[in-house]
Amino acid sequence: MAQPFRLSRGGRIDRSRPLVFQFNGRPVQGYAGDTVASALIANGIHLVGRSFKYHRPRGILSHGPDEPSALLSVDRGPGRIDPNNRASVVEVRPGLRTASQNHWPSLEYDIGAVNDLLSPVFVAGFYYKTFMWPRKFWDKVYEPFIRAAAGLGKAPVEADPDRYANRHAHCDVLIVGAGPAGLAAALAAARTGKRVILADEGAEPGGALLHDTTSEIDGRPAAQWLAETLADLDGRENVILLPRTTAFGYYNHNHVALAERITDHLPGSATPGPRERLWQVRAGEVVLAGGSHERPLVFADNDRPGILLAESVRVFLNRYGVAPGRRIVFATNGASAYTAALDARNAGLDVTLVDLRLEADCGPELARLRAAGVTVLTGHTVIGSKGRKRVTGLIVAPLGSDGRCGGRRVLDCDCVGMSGGWTPAVHLFSQSRGKLAYDEGIDAFVPATSAQAERSAGAARGRYDLAACLTDGFAAGAAAAGSEEQRAFVATPTLTGFQPVRIMPTDADPAKVRAFVDFQNDVTAKDIKLAVREGFHSIEHVKRYTTTGMATDQGKTSNMNALGIVAGQLDKALPAVGTTTFRPPYTPVSFGTLVGPARHALFDPIRTTPIHAWAESQGATFENVGLWRRAWYFPRPGEDLHAAVARECKAVREGVGIFDASTLGKIEIVGPDAAEFMNRMYVNPWAKLAPGRCRYGLMLKEDGYILDDGVVARVSDECFHVTTTTGGAPRVLAHMEDYLQTEWPDLQVFLTSTTEQWAVIALQGPKAREVIAPLVDEIDLSPEAFPHMAMRTGRICGVPTRLFRVSFTGELGFEINVPADHALAVWEAIVAAGQPHGITPYGTETMHVLRAEKGYIIVGQETDGTVTPDDVGLAGMIAKAKPDFVGKRSLARPDVVASGRKQLVGLVTEDPKLVLDEGAQIVSDTNQPIPMRMLGHVTSSYWSPNCHRSIAMALVADGRALLGRSLYVTTPTGFTRVTVSEPVFFDIQGERVHA
Amino acid sequence: MLETRYRAARALPLGALARAATGGPNVTVRPAGAETRFSLRVRLPGQQAAPRVAGLALDGPINTVVTEGETWAARLGPDEWLIGGPEADADLLQGRIAQALAGLPHALVEVSHRNVGIDVSGPRAAVALNAGCPLDLSEAAFPAGRATRTLLGKAEIVLIRLTAESRYRVECWRSFSTYVHGFLNEAAFGVEGPAEH
Repeated sequence: MAQPFRLSRGGRIDRSRPLVFQFNGRPVQGYAGDTVASALIANGIHLVGRSFKYHRPRGILSHGPDEPSALLSVDRGPGRIDPNNRASVVEVRPGLRTASQNHWPSLEYDIGAVNDLLSPVFVAGFYYKTFMWPRKFWDKVYEPFIRAAAGLGKAPVEADPDRYANRHAHCDVLIVGAGPAGLAAALAAARTGKRVILADEGAEPGGALLHDTTSEIDGRPAAQWLAETLADLDGRENVILLPRTTAFGYYNHNHVALAERITDHLPGSATPGPRERLWQVRAGEVVLAGGSHERPLVFADNDRPGILLAESVRVFLNRYGVAPGRRIVFATNGASAYTAALDARNAGLDVTLVDLRLEADCGPELARLRAAGVTVLTGHTVIGSKGRKRVTGLIVAPLGSDGRCGGRRVLDCDCVGMSGGWTPAVHLFSQSRGKLAYDEGIDAFVPATSAQAERSAGAARGRYDLAACLTDGFAAGAAAAGSEEQRAFVATPTLTGFQPVRIMPTDADPAKVRAFVDFQNDVTAKDIKLAVREGFHSIEHVKRYTTTGMATDQGKTSNMNALGIVAGQLDKALPAVGTTTFRPPYTPVSFGTLVGPARHALFDPIRTTPIHAWAESQGATFENVGLWRRAWYFPRPGEDLHAAVARECKAVREGVGIFDASTLGKIEIVGPDAAEFMNRMYVNPWAKLAPGRCRYGLMLKEDGYILDDGVVARVSDECFHVTTTTGGAPRVLAHMEDYLQTEWPDLQVFLTSTTEQWAVIALQGPKAREVIAPLVDEIDLSPEAFPHMAMRTGRICGVPTRLFRVSFTGELGFEINVPADHALAVWEAIVAAGQPHGITPYGTETMHVLRAEKGYIIVGQETDGTVTPDDVGLAGMIAKAKPDFVGKRSLARPDVVASGRKQLVGLVTEDPKLVLDEGAQIVSDTNQPIPMRMLGHVTSSYWSPNCHRSIAMALVADGRALLGRSLYVTTPTGFTRVTVSEPVFFDIQGERVHA
Repeated sequence: MLETRYRAARALPLGALARAATGGPNVTVRPAGAETRFSLRVRLPGQQAAPRVAGLALDGPINTVVTEGETWAARLGPDEWLIGGPEADADLLQGRIAQALAGLPHALVEVSHRNVGIDVSGPRAAVALNAGCPLDLSEAAFPAGRATRTLLGKAEIVLIRLTAESRYRVECWRSFSTYVHGFLNEAAFGVEGPAEH
């Protein structure tokens, strides 16, 4: 019979919409509105997994987000497989495939269960104690073994086909939790007209009201009040109500992260829209109304399938219309379980209740339950449970006045509802850095001192009575919205109060009892006691040693019991032990939600130049330079990098090459004080640079080390066109603005980034002038009229241009600046005009080789943030007469003027075919003892097609004094001999640029 | 031949003029055509009234935009404006601004090709922008006439709202435009779907 444990009526499920999903390959029937947990229970399935460490059979403990045991793999289709989903929060939908975890070969017969028999071995700290010696076993034996055994569930292997959204949102009042307190808070805040966001992790807002079938609020059934309240809130423009949305992280400045689950519960995968959405809410005020969590009772074999939390039994009965068992024993130390027992009795089930409290300590709940015909055993402890894969009985015993257990008896049952009291959900409050205080009256830590604009309300701060929750919530919502409105709610009194107990008294040998505190990590009371005996007295240390409170549930059910046991062992008061840190996320969040749209092409901006499409069409290979994607080389069919670069290098020296230099940073510096500003920013002199002329500029940081370099053209008296390195563009502009705004606000000068306004086409080689001559208007290209290091404005192909005659190759060359949207047309026209001259496109690799042949430095390659102008042989650039420039004083520092600094030199290998490794270390004598004295390192190294040999540059201590000397450079197999040379290898006189 | 092409059509990074709009029923993402833009840097004189340039008042508060016909000026800082107008008005606009500011130290730098415009419109436009822009874009916080430099995902943008319509101009740098355009389309998708608020 399908769903034998489904009650004939009741619950909020939609009985008109039956559906079928799978559990371990078997079809399971349920209804829309069910969770996987409620549907499994409706079908009498309680065994849903094997525990993490001992592989013990485990069932469903809870109905909500605190579920530690019922962790399932959920499969929504290809690529949509997720491990470790809590059965209690996954909504069923047709076709959903779920499976239990952590067993082999099957859930029913699990080889790993042998661990349970070996449990005396697997004590707390087992790994620390066992895998210590011999030390050499670690890499090959221990670590692989631990890695294989570690982890729970299987990570998906396919790419996730779903899409995830991100949203920043602002509101005046964010309310977390739409139970009675949160709803009342929302009512109060909404009435002020302020912007309210009300987020609730459940499929339906309502919290505890969703399973409260007996209480009344203001004279109406709770369910009716809930419906009216939701309708009221829904009708308000200023309220955003977010179901299925978990506030999981509380950060600075009331920045709260919410995860909204949008499509998982819907049938079919073709649903449009993102799967989940990350809300980043900046709230003026936050109301935390996240409710509370029920504690399990700690007794032997309290983890048997069929043993649930008492309130969860009530939820399954009332909200989902399923009976977790036909014969239910409730075990409790407080009043709330009586409500659950009464509801179970009214559902026609066989109910017994065992209360640890003495008859005299019980409230009116006792008489009420007995009046309903339920047997109540007061003053009884729970010794243990019977059964294997399902509980079949609960062993109880009366407690004598001396605390000793009387005669045991077994209460036959197929379900146990246990209640060890309640713990306010203070997780988000704690994340907000608020301070907790221990409230002895309710045996719990409650929010005390806020660190942010936030307040807790209702059960989240220990107000468990329904009317108190509503009144407290309303006041909190009003206050958060800046109103003083109060409202007193009238509601059915809630049965509250419990007598704290850490471990249920037992007559068994405590050393043999396995009473679970943390169900997810298989931590028993015995383990915690052992940890304390072994000297772990800090709760944080106990947590790490035993793993209690770790993993996905973060100790929601176990925390207070663990703390209590530690406090008991240490004979300290609970507040003296303190509590562990609550860390985000509150419940597990998918990676997709955190990543959002930042995947594939949107992972990072990929910056491309206007020429990019052309280079792609020519088969260029690209390299990443910061966010830019630059053409690296242009291989012809059959060519590898070296062949292509060799051909490109030859072409530039012998004919003409064309290169996309658009990524160069460009800054337009304008104003009456432009030259003065340049004088202060760069080491070079600028005052006498005539308009239309260029100069290589070198820029230092305050510490005297090279920050950036680039060619600068003076466009007019009051305007400079500055170029920077590709990677340095933002840094240089920020550096300049920083000085301008903070040090020299008196200077009349303005900086504008024109990096992307101007595309730059570098045309280099002896035939460069011939190629562009027919395309250029308004500029006399003759060497006399337009010498090296000059800039002219005019037109090329009809397009306005700033034409630079500059060279980073040592050849006659031009850098043609044109407005970016016209660059491709100009480039194509130049390529067409260059065909008769064999024009060759070249990439960054050839650019690097050509400049190295000439000994031109690259900032970031020859420099590393500790290199001065003199170190790289550029001291001559420094204007002697200037009173000051950024970095000038540092150039006189003792360590900067001392001898022994590393200086830029060339290295010539003995074997001309050997290309040194960049970064290779340099020594003077290979026979010295290790550690050897390192003289420096290779900064650039290439095969030079034009020199027919390898070339290299290096920074070497006192390098310029070592010209002609032999040194040794490390290679992958040893050392190789090199001779120190000037760092220039081609056209040493530098005549070719003036052609 | 090229002369004609230069004047006729710029090769815009997001394609030809009036590239097809994308997005969903609630959000439309449409790359703008070729436009003229200038970056104006000038320190307004302290006591006298601020000069009007090309009919645009410069003395509005920071993070506001003023319009004159099809020309707009967004004040992005104490001494910084981004000015936009039709492509055909480039020379005229430059001349009018320079004339108005004659004698006042300033920088007027053409950035028509540096910037790329994308228009985001539709009833959910602001929500879509909030996929990557952390600012409060509610009616009260970002009404018509607001403009600001901000972030969209990992790209810097200038966000401009000229009118009370639910229509926003996103201006980014050229090489970021494929990212920004892709991000906005993903954002348009992100506001669709069931249970949308």
